[in-house]
Amino acid sequence: MGNACAVIGVGQTAYQTKRLDVSIAGLLREAAQRALDDAGLTWRDIDAVVIGKAPDMFEGVMMPEAYLADALGATGKPMMRVHTAGSVGGSTAIVAASLIQSGVHQRVLTVAWEKQSESNATWALTVGGPHATSLVVGAGGYFAPHIRAYMRRSGAPDHIGTLVAVKDRQNALKNPYAHLKIPGISREMVEGTPMLWEPIRYLETCPSSDGACAMILASEDAAKQAPNKPAWVHGTAMRSEPIFFAGRDTVNPQGGKDCAADVYQQAGIKDPRREIDVAEVYVPFSWYEPMWLENLGFCAEGEGWKLTESGATALDGDTPWNASGGVLSSNPIGASGMIRFAEAALQVRGMAGDHQVDGARRALGHAYGGGAQFYAMWIVGSDKP
Amino acid sequence: MPSSPNHVLEFPGGYTRSVGPVIGRFLSDLRDGRLVGVRTRTGKVLFPPAEYDPDTGDSVTDEFVEVGPVGTVESWSWVAEPLGTHPFDRPFAWALVTPDGADTAILHALDVGEYERGAKPPKRLKVGMRVRARFRADRKGEIGDIEAFQPEVSMITVPSRLEFELRPGKALDRFLEGMAEGRILGHRCPVCEKVIVPMGGLCPKDGVPTIEEVEVADTGTVTTFAVNNLPDPRAPEVPFVSAYVLLDGADIAMLSLVAGIPADQVRMGMRVKAAWKPRDEWGRTIQNIRWFEPSGEPDASFEAIKDYM
Amino acid sequence: MRDVAIVAFAQTKHSAVDEGLHETEMLLPIIQQVKEQTGISRFDFTCSGSCDYLIGAPFSFVSALNAVGAWPPISESHVEMDGAWALYEAWVKMQHGEFDTALVYGFGKPSQGSLREIFNRQYDPYYLAPLGVDQVSLAALQAQAYMHRSGTKEDDLLAVADRARKAGRANPYALDLDDPAADAAYDVAPLKTHDVAAEADGAAVIVLAADVHARDICERPAWITGIDHRADAHSPGVRDLSRSESTRLAGERAGATGIEVAELHVQFSHEEFIVREALNLGDDVKVNPSGGPLAANPVMAAGLIRLGEAAARIHSGEASRTLGHATSGPCLQQNLVCVLSGESHG
Repeated sequence: MGNACAVIGVGQTAYQTKRLDVSIAGLLREAAQRALDDAGLTWRDIDAVVIGKAPDMFEGVMMPEAYLADALGATGKPMMRVHTAGSVGGSTAIVAASLIQSGVHQRVLTVAWEKQSESNATWALTVGGPHATSLVVGAGGYFAPHIRAYMRRSGAPDHIGTLVAVKDRQNALKNPYAHLKIPGISREMVEGTPMLWEPIRYLETCPSSDGACAMILASEDAAKQAPNKPAWVHGTAMRSEPIFFAGRDTVNPQGGKDCAADVYQQAGIKDPRREIDVAEVYVPFSWYEPMWLENLGFCAEGEGWKLTESGATALDGDTPWNASGGVLSSNPIGASGMIRFAEAALQVRGMAGDHQVDGARRALGHAYGGGAQFYAMWIVGSDKP
Repeated sequence: MPSSPNHVLEFPGGYTRSVGPVIGRFLSDLRDGRLVGVRTRTGKVLFPPAEYDPDTGDSVTDEFVEVGPVGTVESWSWVAEPLGTHPFDRPFAWALVTPDGADTAILHALDVGEYERGAKPPKRLKVGMRVRARFRADRKGEIGDIEAFQPEVSMITVPSRLEFELRPGKALDRFLEGMAEGRILGHRCPVCEKVIVPMGGLCPKDGVPTIEEVEVADTGTVTTFAVNNLPDPRAPEVPFVSAYVLLDGADIAMLSLVAGIPADQVRMGMRVKAAWKPRDEWGRTIQNIRWFEPSGEPDASFEAIKDYM
Repeated sequence: MRDVAIVAFAQTKHSAVDEGLHETEMLLPIIQQVKEQTGISRFDFTCSGSCDYLIGAPFSFVSALNAVGAWPPISESHVEMDGAWALYEAWVKMQHGEFDTALVYGFGKPSQGSLREIFNRQYDPYYLAPLGVDQVSLAALQAQAYMHRSGTKEDDLLAVADRARKAGRANPYALDLDDPAADAAYDVAPLKTHDVAAEADGAAVIVLAADVHARDICERPAWITGIDHRADAHSPGVRDLSRSESTRLAGERAGATGIEVAELHVQFSHEEFIVREALNLGDDVKVNPSGGPLAANPVMAAGLIRLGEAAARIHSGEASRTLGHATSGPCLQQNLVCVLSGESHG
């Protein structure tokens, strides 16, 4: 594990379809400044900057760490950019934590973002070459067949996805940063929307958002000076597996299971359902909640949909998932993983405002990407490990 | 305007008006492309300048203050059918604009873009908009030296085009060669012995090169699928079905189109065969296969496909 | 700090023309080579560097993973930067103790697109990119600034290019380029065509190992005694282009003293002067015996190769204290310096 690593600052921008009032640097600085303010620090106090985002085609700025170096106060400091597809927000936080855990730096600023309104998310994700042998159908089109396979395998009834769509948007009403605010969201409303990629309906799908999320990570010594309660990193893990190979389980990927097992072992967790107080899990399409409940060991294989149906994952349930509203409510693609990690930290710091889970002391942050083949997870706690 | 006037009142050459020192100062600065206001005895900055404080009647000080260049729209109106005397012959707005540093506003035209006659007020026209003057190139020292106010820049549109000449790689090249002959080729991995279609020249699981070529059938089984309803110019008309097809002889399913059957009748385990384009349309591309369509055989069981999803 | 060493290094024979190999096909043989050489088939951590824009499509690093044999699932990460930064990420990870071995690779095929146009997309999207300004034009501005301050002449740049091409011809992995001519045409003045790095398709891989593991695998591990990277401001108008402050800082933090051989990621002749000055490398230091990027520039791997070549001099026993440098961004904006030694506490 190395040295102790604390989260002493969190900053987010209010996620919305288009941020037309800021430049790219402006968007990031907004989140970074909030994180610095939370941590009681200035730009000068930061030792290193680690940024992450999804493919650069979204904004058409290649390798943006060059343009953003001085915008994020990195003149004279190390600056790096991580890119691991959809899990990037999480893996970026893990690389930043690594700089603290290794003792190389004392205070690290990490930012993840997307300003995808500058182009179009579906276009940017599906730019293919001339030799593509596979159909290019966009994210929803990619995941829909695997969701169908899950439904068949588990025998889940059709309405389970709807329950998640409603729950997460209800949670979003309590999160000032969330993008989708749909007061009066209900099963009828969701089921009344068209099927986009059967079996995924319009309101079971994540929005396309602009936004940035930032955190300040600190060593134990640096954390002592922080004005607000820190969150402590209890474990970090990443796993990757190839996207296509014979015998791959795309519904319950081994990479996710192994990543979870690793991070639980580091944090000393044997029963995630009972020992994790709140989980922020990357659920961009409603059915991924029951699928990930199984993949992350919160229940046995095939039982995820029952756990969702029982209300256990609601804000007032015994294992709240996505109290922030999750990816289903806000999705600046490159930032979404970091938002999960940051929201987990806010929970154990007691700073999640109206969507705070009372008494949360241990939280899971989870991100996945690519064809459900890249995983990044962390466990944070109120106490130093 | 009368359509056939029979009397004209026009002072030849136009009126010659003296402007006095305060207005003169404003217009001189305007001719130079600069906006100035004047300070009243109470400290307010009047814009455009007047010789008197409109609140008290007192004369103003002789302190001129540069204001702007950016200002805020206090109010606006939208002209959908301009008159001949208007600044524009297309729809435009009038606005009251208070430049930064001034305490009063100026009335002028506000150009928010090209619209058809009769257009409704555009959404971007809002109280609080930030605008600045667009000066005419040829200025004379009159209020028309400002052609109109226009919104501050908030967006740029940057075209971006890069050209590439991409090669498929040796293994894929061979696969495409096979396709040109109407054959679907794959490789068998020497370690796990699974047949990978299309081949990449290596086994992703074992990280070893693959060389043993295997031809697989153009028939197979749908393991799982999605019905796509979101139109995309690069894709077939919606609804279209994208399915994972496990070809007979292969150990990994390929994502392909399934057609020739209503979308809501496609099911997991359905047996399909390739629908090839006419031979004379074949090239080095997987698109020689238009799609997969039902073969008419009985469905495969869930057991047979469950490990391939 | 934990002792971590470069214990293996392999690179492709870089090619100026597209040989029709997919990036994965370039990587597989050299990854296999280091697996055989080290006897390791599964590494504790894997990290790579690459750039999606080289193929004009997102996620180019995803298929590259197929060359690794990532099953069962592996702990793996990626930076959208030169592989040298992937090595840095791996080195940091190894410092906290759970990882003892790491596989690092970088790759790029600039032959498939227009590198100059592609790199324009890296620049400030409001003030620089829309002008259509390219990498060589910006480098030429820096060359001008350096020559103006130092009095260095075009002939001095030619001498750098000449040495690089000769060394490149002796290097089986680099390109065989003719000696530069004094009357060569300008590319963007004051840079001549020979002052500009030779684009090439290629890939490289490095294996890192910690402590006793390094000694088990390699007879003479190249120990990383210091590694650091720093950035300068982006806009060429706000910094002194004739100097590389970030290189100086990184060199200082990495402890770059007593260097015998230095491999510098200099893509333009004048950059060698600037980087040498920033790192305080005297005339006695052998610079770019591999020929450097002027003899072969497989972008996204070129920086990693500098680290590998510097390590190779230690593996062979030729030198006991070497330096590898990597750069990213316009006009040497970001710089990484790695100091290697034949002694673990050297």
